[in-house]
Amino acid sequence: MKKLSARRRHPLAALVVLLLALACTGGLYAAFAPASKAQADETAQSLAIDEGKKLYAVGCASCHGTGGQGTTDGPSLVGVGAAAVDFQVGTGRMPAQQPGAQVPRKKVIYSQAEIDQLAAYIASLGAGPAVPTKEQYGPQGADIANGGALFRNNCAQCHNFTGKGGALTHGKYAPGLEGVDPKHIYEAMQTGPQNMPSFPDQTLSEQNKKDIIAYLNAVNGEDTESPGGLSLGGLGPVSEGLFAWLFGLGGLIVVAVWVAARTAKAKKS
Amino acid sequence: MSSHQIPEENLPAEQEAPHGAVRVADEENPFADPGLPPHEPRVQDIDERAAKRSERTVALLFTVSMLATVGFIASFVTIPHDKSIFVFPLGHLNAMNFALGLTLGVALFTIGAGAVHWARTLMSDEEIADERHPIEASPEVRAKVHADFKQGAKESVIGRRKLIRNTMLGALTLVPLSGVVLLRDLGPLPGTKLRHTMWSKGKLLVNMNTNQPIRPSDVVVGSLSFAMPEGMSEHDENFQSEIAKAALMIVRLQPGDIKDKRELEWSHEGIVAYSKICTHVGCPISLYEQQTHHALCPCHQSTFDLSDGARVIFGPAGHALPQLRIGVNDEGYLEALGDFDEPVGPAFWERG
Repeated sequence: MKKLSARRRHPLAALVVLLLALACTGGLYAAFAPASKAQADETAQSLAIDEGKKLYAVGCASCHGTGGQGTTDGPSLVGVGAAAVDFQVGTGRMPAQQPGAQVPRKKVIYSQAEIDQLAAYIASLGAGPAVPTKEQYGPQGADIANGGALFRNNCAQCHNFTGKGGALTHGKYAPGLEGVDPKHIYEAMQTGPQNMPSFPDQTLSEQNKKDIIAYLNAVNGEDTESPGGLSLGGLGPVSEGLFAWLFGLGGLIVVAVWVAARTAKAKKS
Repeated sequence: MSSHQIPEENLPAEQEAPHGAVRVADEENPFADPGLPPHEPRVQDIDERAAKRSERTVALLFTVSMLATVGFIASFVTIPHDKSIFVFPLGHLNAMNFALGLTLGVALFTIGAGAVHWARTLMSDEEIADERHPIEASPEVRAKVHADFKQGAKESVIGRRKLIRNTMLGALTLVPLSGVVLLRDLGPLPGTKLRHTMWSKGKLLVNMNTNQPIRPSDVVVGSLSFAMPEGMSEHDENFQSEIAKAALMIVRLQPGDIKDKRELEWSHEGIVAYSKICTHVGCPISLYEQQTHHALCPCHQSTFDLSDGARVIFGPAGHALPQLRIGVNDEGYLEALGDFDEPVGPAFWERG
């Protein structure tokens, strides 16, 4: 302490005090004023909503109405949530190409940043399910066997036992789940796109959804092994029966023809 | 092997005449027996070099079979059972299964192919006519059998010892009764089992995914849940036979969308509970389209309109899906207000 007071009249003392005071103030401000960051977030959020609103007015409003209230050409988007937007636009289903039995999956035309802005705008219209995070649909801590049981009970009736898809009424169909982003599978369960019923968390908990996604990855992923060899599309008796009739029976006929064919005879030329 | 390579002296001198029983048509027998066509020797019959070649081919096929069997045993011993390989048109598959199937298939097929090639090229192919013989035995044999039988009957004293004969007949008559009695195991008749399910007044609806009782707020419009009666567990002995009748499909509609008056009365705030068992042949029916409110059966495409009393709008089903009457208990959980008022599932004779 004595050392410090001895130097208080040093020509640079004032500068040191000033610097200390500044650092102190800055530190205190940083410690006690986190509000600014929240404010920045809020600004970014409202910016995203503004951007989303502009995108919406160009790409979506003709069918879903200028305020998302819906028209005869498209349902209301109030309360569908960000997850529904991320699914529909992120899989290329929206914007729809033409009316029909079902809007198909196609090339995605918006960037993920634009989709997020659209989602932010739609989410601002009314509370709905949010876009899931990686922890929610990632493979960590998932029970594949339980996922299989849940999938067979809740999903297999339309999507086939290993998610190959299937037909519904009047030209509608349950799409195959091969190569679908786990995030989109999660969002589809959460929001129930088109004619698919929804499976909200009360019906199918977050852990259940994670299990189902892990099961799909196990039976229908890119490196999924087919223990029996040729899986023939995993469609069951139709493709297997066709294969047996064409190739099994066809092979037997070829062999029968060979067994009974005339042998080469020696003849005078 | 074309014929010009065959040594000239080995070729048959001329076309052989037809052989076998050849008769010329006449007044009594207008349809002549043409006999067998002339026998044509094969290349291998007259050319020893061709025969040798065939022999080597057959031996090669049998050798391939031996190698394949050795390969089968080797793959069984050496390939780890969980090894995965990629084979071009087939995709990812289990290496051991693939190797075992391939080697065993080759081993069996080459044995057959070798035998067929052997028979076609080297075994004799002379056509032979063989007359049919009468089916009945000769008179001497028949007389002998009759005599033996009579002697046997006499020596067994069955004609004299009436007691033995009668008890034997009795025993033989009674023995089939055991089989008849076993038919009892086909019953008993179902009685009223087809008319009742586990549902009864006050039973809570339990979500089959979470095993939790359901609150009305858990069921949102457009969602689909499956429920079973409370107090059931998958480990129960009779779980399968009971859930086959009690399985329930729960959806929520906008009350304004419900066209059927009774459906609206039996629902709770638009939540309706229908039997999941198709009324055609009893498949679990749950292909629910949430926008059209149609439920489609995957087996025979029967379609039910869940917004109109589950009326059949397409397909072979005979009657609408039975609806379960539901309400809310004091604690705010969905409960059944009784059993189904008609038998669930397919029709049966006495259903009425």
